[in-house]
Amino acid sequence: MAKKPIDQNDNLLEIRDLKKYFQIGENTLKAVDGVSFTIKRGETLGIVGESGCGKSTAGRTILKLYDPTEGQIIFEGKDLSKLSNSEMKPLRREMQMIFQDPYASLNPRMTVGDIIGEALDIHGLASGAKRKERIQELLSLVSLNPEHMNRFPHEFSGGQRQRIGIARALAVEPKFIVCDEPISALDVSVQAQVVNLLEQLQEKMGLTYMFIAHDLSMVKYISDRVGVMYLGKMVELAESDKLYSKPLHPYTQALLSAIPIPDPEIERNRERIVLEGDVPSPMNPPSGCNFRTRCPKAMPECAAAAPQWKEVEPNHFVACHLYN
Amino acid sequence: MQQLTKEHFQPISVDLRQAEQISRPSLSFWADAWRRLKQNKVAMVSMIFLIALIVCAIFVPMMSSNDYFTTDLAGKNKKPSAEHWFGTDDLGRDVFVRIWYGARISLEVGFAAAAIDLVVGVIYGGIAGFYGGKIDEAMMRFADILFAIPYLLVVILLLVVFEPGVGTIILALTLTGWIGMARIVRGQMLQLKQQEYVLAARSLGADDMRVLFKHLVPNSLGPIIVTLSLTVPSAIFAESFLSFIGLGVSAPVASWGTMANEGLPAMKYYPWRLMFPAVFISVTMLAFNLFGDGIRDAVDPRLRK
Amino acid sequence: MERILEVKDLHVSFHTYAGEVQAVRGVNFHVNKGEAVAIVGESGCGKSVTSQTIMKLIPMPPGEIKKGQILFQGDDLVKKSNKEMESIRGKDIGMIFQDPMTSLNPTMTIGNQIMEGLIKHQNMSKAAAKTRAVELLEIVGIPQPDRRVNQYPHEFSGGMRQRAMIAISLACSPKLLIADEPTTALDVTIQAQILDLMKDLQKKMGTSIILITHDLGVVAEMCDRVVVMYAGKVIEEGTVDEIFYNPQHPYTKGLLRSVPRLDLDRDEPLTPIFGTPPDLLRPPVGCGFTARCENAMRVCQEIDPELNDVNGPSHRAACWLQHPLAQGRS
Repeated sequence: MAKKPIDQNDNLLEIRDLKKYFQIGENTLKAVDGVSFTIKRGETLGIVGESGCGKSTAGRTILKLYDPTEGQIIFEGKDLSKLSNSEMKPLRREMQMIFQDPYASLNPRMTVGDIIGEALDIHGLASGAKRKERIQELLSLVSLNPEHMNRFPHEFSGGQRQRIGIARALAVEPKFIVCDEPISALDVSVQAQVVNLLEQLQEKMGLTYMFIAHDLSMVKYISDRVGVMYLGKMVELAESDKLYSKPLHPYTQALLSAIPIPDPEIERNRERIVLEGDVPSPMNPPSGCNFRTRCPKAMPECAAAAPQWKEVEPNHFVACHLYN
Repeated sequence: MQQLTKEHFQPISVDLRQAEQISRPSLSFWADAWRRLKQNKVAMVSMIFLIALIVCAIFVPMMSSNDYFTTDLAGKNKKPSAEHWFGTDDLGRDVFVRIWYGARISLEVGFAAAAIDLVVGVIYGGIAGFYGGKIDEAMMRFADILFAIPYLLVVILLLVVFEPGVGTIILALTLTGWIGMARIVRGQMLQLKQQEYVLAARSLGADDMRVLFKHLVPNSLGPIIVTLSLTVPSAIFAESFLSFIGLGVSAPVASWGTMANEGLPAMKYYPWRLMFPAVFISVTMLAFNLFGDGIRDAVDPRLRK
Repeated sequence: MERILEVKDLHVSFHTYAGEVQAVRGVNFHVNKGEAVAIVGESGCGKSVTSQTIMKLIPMPPGEIKKGQILFQGDDLVKKSNKEMESIRGKDIGMIFQDPMTSLNPTMTIGNQIMEGLIKHQNMSKAAAKTRAVELLEIVGIPQPDRRVNQYPHEFSGGMRQRAMIAISLACSPKLLIADEPTTALDVTIQAQILDLMKDLQKKMGTSIILITHDLGVVAEMCDRVVVMYAGKVIEEGTVDEIFYNPQHPYTKGLLRSVPRLDLDRDEPLTPIFGTPPDLLRPPVGCGFTARCENAMRVCQEIDPELNDVNGPSHRAACWLQHPLAQGRS
């Protein structure tokens, strides 16, 4: 990959102690419970975790699709967390989102042209013949046939729809895109198409991605750094290769070991760490460390206090009592 | 088997664009719904009947040499004949013209009630579902309270206060009639606003109005139209029913309900006076309901393939 | 080896408004006793239709079995009536679906759903069936089975539901288990649990498994043989080693190259398969993969290749590159 080197001090986005709670009847669901990280300009930060770990909520809260309960979202030096909807509107051109479900993320009653053109209409970027030209340009950019702009979403395959979603996000020429599980609903052969497209676009347009997924192999492939979330908290964050070669947190270790590798020989000789039980409910998380109920290395102090988020090695953060 | 030669094994260049070609014909949602409706023979027959009914209701009273109010005591209670196709009533009025005149009233009531239900229901349900939370709670409880008042009581009260007539009947029907529509629309809104394409529009910076009218309303149209197609016949039937029990339009205005009412005592001797309005009420009801079913099947996305 | 299932020249079509969609266009494969066979391919390649046809679960109409045989222990299932199928489904052939929530009945307790098959197929008494249900829940690793047996599906988590689903399908010790994407809806750590469980049960009970999946890692872990389907046909089949280390069909190769591997360096570029599969409303004349194949030749557009042995009888591929005249090209 011919990627420009990333300036380690140029933070496009800084998240400080972000929390997002949902009130469900009498209970509080702590979907995101105190997450801090930075995203450097031009990099891809992968966020992995199992369903319910809060990774999608984190992505949506960063884009202010949900109002954060607490914490700061600093984008290019400006705190977004307290901005109103109308104050956010100009910033919507800077940050965009690509959604998981290519079937639910496109309005079935609108033509592909109107779906992509919506951003142009909202921000008054182009109209008339220029609008059409721009829509066709965006369609070609994501390798779709520009002549298909008058067709409806249901006429396209999953991969094609996902590319329509990418074209929509690109219409406003954003700097930052949250990719919320953009490939998990796609066939394997098509996943690579979408991932390669995202990489090409990043190179061409200098985009910064937050890539949310549960497929660790794909996250490893696309990300510069990877953060692992469990039950609303970030448990480990490190450079991609390092996280995979030397995972520190027991949860990361189990997660990596759970992934089957498409190689029969390796699979036959592999010992995996199989975690017992299920993820506890985020309505009622365990005391101390969230992971202790399933952790093969749990110690008495894990129940007493939540572990600190520490930089144990340069650029390698982990929240675990084993490293305190 | 064909003989294979070296020629056959020449590499060809593959145009990857070709692999992206879509071979199925392009169909918008509505074109697709119309296609499915056309395949439904029962619904199509019903639709043709209803169109004929509307056309006749408009033109027959205009073109006929008879009118609905001129009495002819010499020619009362006549059997159906070439001059009076459906016979005459006890005041010698032409039943044929009165039927079509009654159809006007029935259709007027049906469509007006449906239109008011549509407007009020969509706005009310739309606001409740779109904003949700406390607003939704308050609005829907109010609707529940209104819905709990016995319907006949409302009608009788209204008729005491206002003049009996078409306007009063429409008012009586719509006073609580919109609630069904509001519930449907609210349910749709609650469900649709969670969809990712709504989130996508929000992340593009779309405001409430845009989300509502570009995304939520167009996607609720299917259920709205289905509800509407069943509101019309129920309003027509309610009008006939109210007129039949004497709470509807008053003489000399003809409505299918009043005609059936007037024809009832004479059923034994002059059966056509009851038969014609009764048949028209039944067949129209049936046609509207069958057509409504057809529309439901046509726009129900679950049956899509 | 004894063949428990043999599918011969199966053709299945669906009649839609636009015309006849030929979802399965002549599929041949077999499953030996006690082995796990994977069917892999993209969505729309006919793998799910094939498996549902074996169970005769496709809605007819619009579906129609146009041709072919499904020999289960020598009996042709295509010819069986619905009534006869009922005594085979659940008893001789079990099925696990992708979404455990929609495949469990929400108004019945898990216990009753397991007992249903036992009482129907094995004439067990209610009490005996209940004891067996608790046992089965224990086997699939559900804690406190005597309490869980009286609970409803919504009281179970996703992974637990899939375990319960497996317990139901294993209740009558079927000879063949068809698992249609059994772990796709589950998280990786739960997937690992379920795969472990399935492997374990296969060993203990000697059940044959057809595993339908798109996850090649799961295939490598679970299966003995692989059937690769594309555009309604089998385009390659072989043992896992043959398919993973010596793939012959360009599509199989493409599939393997398009998935990133956790154990390899991330600088290795991914090679996607371009384009989309053909619309089976108008199936192509020649090989269905021609339009996406970088090795396409003239013959590929004109004549559909047949499955031929590659090296030995276990490995077969349907590709013109195997033809002597094409040697030295790929």
